[in-house]
Amino acid sequence: MEATQELLFKIADDALIMGHTDSTWTGLGPTLEEDIAFSSMSQDKIGHAWNLYQMLHDKFGLADADTLGFKREEKEYKCSHLTEVPTQDYAYALVRQFFFDHGQFMRFSALKNSSIEWLADFSRKVTSEIKYHTLHGDTWLKKLGAQGNEESKARMQSAINEVFPLALGYFEEGPREAELIEKNIFIGEKALQEAWLEKVGDLVAQYGLTLPEGNTVDPSLGGRNGYHTEHLQPLLAEMTEVTASDPEATW
Amino acid sequence: MYGGGYIPEEEKRKQQHMEEDPAKLAEFEARIDNGEKIEPHDWMPAEYRKQLIRMIEQHAHSEIIGSLPEGTWITRAPSFKRKMALIAKVQDEIGHGQLLYNAAETLGKSREQMMQDLLTGKSKYSNVFNYPAKTWADVAVIGFLIDAAAIVNQVANSKGSYGPYSRALERICYEESFHLKQGHDAFVALATGTESQRAMLQDAVNRWYRPIIHFFGPSDKDSVHTGKLMRWKVKMMTNDAMRNQFLSSYVPKVWELGLSFPDPKLHKDDNGEWHFSDPNWDEFYQVIKGNGPCNAERLAVRSWVETQHKWIREALFNPNAKYTLPLS
Ligand SMILES: [Fe+2]
Ligand SMILES: [Fe+2]
Repeated sequence: MEATQELLFKIADDALIMGHTDSTWTGLGPTLEEDIAFSSMSQDKIGHAWNLYQMLHDKFGLADADTLGFKREEKEYKCSHLTEVPTQDYAYALVRQFFFDHGQFMRFSALKNSSIEWLADFSRKVTSEIKYHTLHGDTWLKKLGAQGNEESKARMQSAINEVFPLALGYFEEGPREAELIEKNIFIGEKALQEAWLEKVGDLVAQYGLTLPEGNTVDPSLGGRNGYHTEHLQPLLAEMTEVTASDPEATW
Repeated sequence: MYGGGYIPEEEKRKQQHMEEDPAKLAEFEARIDNGEKIEPHDWMPAEYRKQLIRMIEQHAHSEIIGSLPEGTWITRAPSFKRKMALIAKVQDEIGHGQLLYNAAETLGKSREQMMQDLLTGKSKYSNVFNYPAKTWADVAVIGFLIDAAAIVNQVANSKGSYGPYSRALERICYEESFHLKQGHDAFVALATGTESQRAMLQDAVNRWYRPIIHFFGPSDKDSVHTGKLMRWKVKMMTNDAMRNQFLSSYVPKVWELGLSFPDPKLHKDDNGEWHFSDPNWDEFYQVIKGNGPCNAERLAVRSWVETQHKWIREALFNPNAKYTLPLS
C-alpha cells in the first residue's frame, strides 16, 4: 500500500511541478504557435497530477486532490530536481521537456503492465497524450540541432550539458523500490533509466548533438526522498500564495 | 479579447480626403447592403482596408497583451480547477491573437510588421490591459466582466462585412463564452465566500470600474467617421450602444451578488439608457498615449519575448538561404 502511494506521489509531484514550471512560459513563447503548444503540454501535466492525487484520495482515503497538490510541506513533495529549476532560456526549457517527456512516456508505458489494474488503465490513457509531447521535443531538438544554425546547435548542446545531471536524478530510487518491483507494480527506476538512456542517446545523436558520458556526470539526487533544490520552496510559496491568504476559504 | 475602435484625431482628418472610383465604390456598397462578405481579393476602398487593418491589428495585440496580466496568475491559481481553466483561457487568448494576425495579414500587413508597430507604440491595444491584476479577485473580474465586455464588442463585429475577420470572430466568440462562464464561476465563488474574499472582490470591482466604462471608448454616436464605418459594416454598433448593452446585462448581475460600483450616479433610466459619472476621459487618452500604470511594463515584456527568442527565429529561418531568397 505505502509503496504504491510513494510511487503515485512521485509521479504526481513531478507532473505538477513540471507543469507549473512550464506554465510560466504561457504568453512568453518564441512564436504564438509554440506558445500554444507549450502551454497545452503544461496543462496536460497539471491534469495528470490532478488525476493522480484524485486516485490517492479515492483508493487510499487520503485528503482531496487540492489539499494533496497545494497544501503539503516542502519535504513531503517527491518531485525530481529536474522539474524544480526555473529558467528564462528556451533551449533549457526544450531540452528539459525532451528529457522529461521521454521519461514520462517510458514510465507510463511500463506501468501499462502494472499488476495494479487501475494504474495500468490510467497509464494506457496518458501514454497516448504524452506521445505528442515526445514528438514535440523531438521536433524542436531536430530543428535547432541538426537542422539549425551554429548558434542554435551550441545553445542546445550547452542546455543538454546543463540539464543532463538533473535528468539522471529523475531516475533516483525511492525508499520502497524493491517492494514495487517484487509485486510487479513497477519495473523500477534502474530498468527505466537504462531504456531511457538508450532511447534519448540515439535521438540526441540523430539530431547532431551529444549526450555527456553517463559516468562523468553526478546525478542530481534527493528529490525522491524529500530533499530539494533551493527553488522548490519559493515555487511552492508562489503556488499557494492565494490559498494561504485565507485558509478557511474555498476558491 | 477585444476589438478596439480607437482612431487618433489626426488620422481621422487625413482619411476624409481619400478619393475612390465612384462606380467601384457604388458596387462595393451595394454588395455590403446585400449582406455579402468582402473577401481578401475583392476590390475595396483604401480606407476600408486601412480601418480594418487598424481594427483587427488592435484586436490581435489586445489578445496577446491581454494574456499577460492573467498569465501571471497561472502559477498562483488556488485550485486544480481554477488553474486548468486559467491556463486554457490564456492559451485561447494567444490563439485568438494568432487567428486575428492571420486575418489582418489577408489585408496586406505582415505579422512581423504588426509586432514591430506594437513595440514602437505605433499600434495600440485595449486600454484595460494597461492596468495591473493585483489580486486573485482581479482575475475573476477580468474573466467575468472584461470578457463579457469583449463579447458584446465581438459578437457585434462578427456580423461585419469583412469575411476573414467575421469568421475569426465567430470562432473567437464561441471560445469566449467559456471564458465568461469560468469567469462568472470564479467571481461568484468569491462573492459568496468568506469576508476577506468578498472584500478582495469588492476592491477589484472598484478598481476596474473606470477601465470598464472606458473599455468601449468615448461617445462616437455623432461622428461622421463612425457613420461611414457603420455604413461599410466595419463597425456594427456605436461605442455608446455597446456600452449600454453591456451595462444592461452585467450591472444587475453584480448588484444581485451584493456588490456595488463606486459610482453613485450609475443607474438606468426609464428608456433603458444607462447613466454614469464622468469617467475622466483624460485618463483614457493618457493611457492610450502610453502613460497608463502598466504600458511600459507590458511592452517591456513583449520586447523581452522578441529579443530573448531571436536566436530561435533565426535558426528556423534557415540562415543559409537567407541572403538568396527574395524577401516577399
Ligand atoms: Fe479572446
Ligand atoms: Fe477571453
